[in-house]
Amino acid sequence: MTSAAIWRAMMGFYIALFFLFLFGPLIVMGLSAFNTSQYPQAFPIEGLTLRWFGVLYGDRGLMEGLRNSVLIGILVVALSVPLGLAGALVMTQMYSRARSLYYLVVVSPVLTPGVILGISTVIFWADVAEWTGVDSVYNGIFLATLGQSTYISAYCMLIFLSRLQRYDRAQEEAALDLGASPTQVFAHILIPYLWPAIVSAVVIAFLSSFENYNTTTFAILADKTLTTVLAGRMRQGTTPAISALAVVIIVVSIVGAIAFELVRRAEANREDARKRAADAAERAEMSVVAAA
Amino acid sequence: MKPLSAALIFGLPIVVLCAFIAMALIDARRHMGPGTPSFIQRNGWPVSIYLIAAVGIWMFVLIVFPQLYMVDYSFHPKLPPAARGGERDVYTLGNYRYFLFGSSTSSDSWNTTHLTAFWTTIVTSALITLLNFAICYPLAYFLAQVAKPGAVRLIMLLLIIPYWVNELLRAFAFGILFGTGGLLNKLLLAAGILSVPIDFIGRDIALYAGLTYAYLLLMMFPLYNAIEALDRNQVEAARDLGAPWWLIHLNVVMPFAKPGIASGCTLVFMLSAGALAAPLVLGGPKTLWFTPIVYDRFYQAFNWNQGSAYAIILMLACVAFVLLVMRLFKVSFTEIAR
Repeated sequence: MTSAAIWRAMMGFYIALFFLFLFGPLIVMGLSAFNTSQYPQAFPIEGLTLRWFGVLYGDRGLMEGLRNSVLIGILVVALSVPLGLAGALVMTQMYSRARSLYYLVVVSPVLTPGVILGISTVIFWADVAEWTGVDSVYNGIFLATLGQSTYISAYCMLIFLSRLQRYDRAQEEAALDLGASPTQVFAHILIPYLWPAIVSAVVIAFLSSFENYNTTTFAILADKTLTTVLAGRMRQGTTPAISALAVVIIVVSIVGAIAFELVRRAEANREDARKRAADAAERAEMSVVAAA
Repeated sequence: MKPLSAALIFGLPIVVLCAFIAMALIDARRHMGPGTPSFIQRNGWPVSIYLIAAVGIWMFVLIVFPQLYMVDYSFHPKLPPAARGGERDVYTLGNYRYFLFGSSTSSDSWNTTHLTAFWTTIVTSALITLLNFAICYPLAYFLAQVAKPGAVRLIMLLLIIPYWVNELLRAFAFGILFGTGGLLNKLLLAAGILSVPIDFIGRDIALYAGLTYAYLLLMMFPLYNAIEALDRNQVEAARDLGAPWWLIHLNVVMPFAKPGIASGCTLVFMLSAGALAAPLVLGGPKTLWFTPIVYDRFYQAFNWNQGSAYAIILMLACVAFVLLVMRLFKVSFTEIAR
């Protein structure tokens, strides 16, 4: 056996181990969702059942949590995407020291433990409600939205920044020369250019919000989200219904990931085609110029 | 609220903001040369208002005010609402003293439970970070330098799927696997390696494995991105010059991937040290982890002031780690947080 073949075999073994570690626990949990045993276990299979999915559907608290999670997710998207976009655009108009300081402040929430974001949000707004007398500010859904948006906006900003890096400002200058106002440039050139990034930001923001636990558990107060209900159930004791929920989430995320990948690939292809068309047009123009 | 607190929380950021705007203008002028359009000329009024309002809300209402408010809160004693702002509402170090000595007034004995939990959390998180790096580095290198594009896309897709499974559920999966009657114990018993099942959960093995698992991908992606940018010819050249494989990694790949390593390490450390889900689900009765203690200060002891102090202690540990990484790897903050 050559040394290259040994290396390849070792690498293959390592990758297999890695994916066993990555998927093994999830598969065991998935199997336990279909097992009739009262306590979640994958083996021995005492009998196949879909009972736990029924239990899941009948769980009122979980369903209420799910509704709140979706609602908070939508609110977070509505808040974080515009904030992240503004953050990224302002960043591109800053230079050297000012830029570093600005970056430090807006990215710091990404490097702050989620519990701290939740705690500071609750403490601050509890007293804002007291000073202003507006008690409706002290509301779990509102606070969870704010707490999560603190760092999810930064995620969105990073997505926008990476697309803005490839933005050709010549387009903007051309539009301005042709008499467009800066607002028109924003609406008709910048936003269409950023569209794929906006879609990514919406997806990432929603999913981050949906799966967040650390910030939410502090900020949600007396309300419930899917994750806080889930944590409560796990504390009370384990049932295969939780595994069933995991199966649902895994299936949804697999479908989502594949759909997202397909959309992104289609987008990349379209952009490729557009670029080729533009190149062809330019070549045609050149030959016309040359002929003249 | 005391005038001094109000001045510090709301006044100071505004002063800093003014200084900052002046600095930004000077920097922009220096960078772009004179005669460049101003911020408002460049963006137009409607967009300028949107940008300023959005960034203002984000920076101040969401980030700076709540954080500073929490710092201020941690230096006050716990008081009933009516007594707040009264004469008993003084600045105090009592909440921090409680962390060290288990009492907000005396300093006779150490608060061993909380100190041990804090220390365990920090050391374990650092070890988990190292372990994560060791697990991820070979695959990241393989994906970035060796594998074919098709394989990379497939593996990336496979990597992303577990990442979107909730943190709680991932911990739950480890609970099933590591339970006394769980699959792992059954396998070990069946293979004759064990005669009595091991209490993985009581010994915190399940917790450490679960934490290692939970943040694996946050190490993987920064590493991959950093190594991917390395020109393959550099590795090739080192190999042609006779460098053994480990020296290539140590002297060519790793120095190049430094920003990625730093950013992966920071993320994993911060998330492990601040983990709440895994200790909650996988923690045994004797498990010591700092975040659940912070949680209990809030929702068991109902002492928000003390909870704030504890949160700040955790925050300081994370800041210290970021600074350490920046010093160790000689990278800037911008390179870490990408």
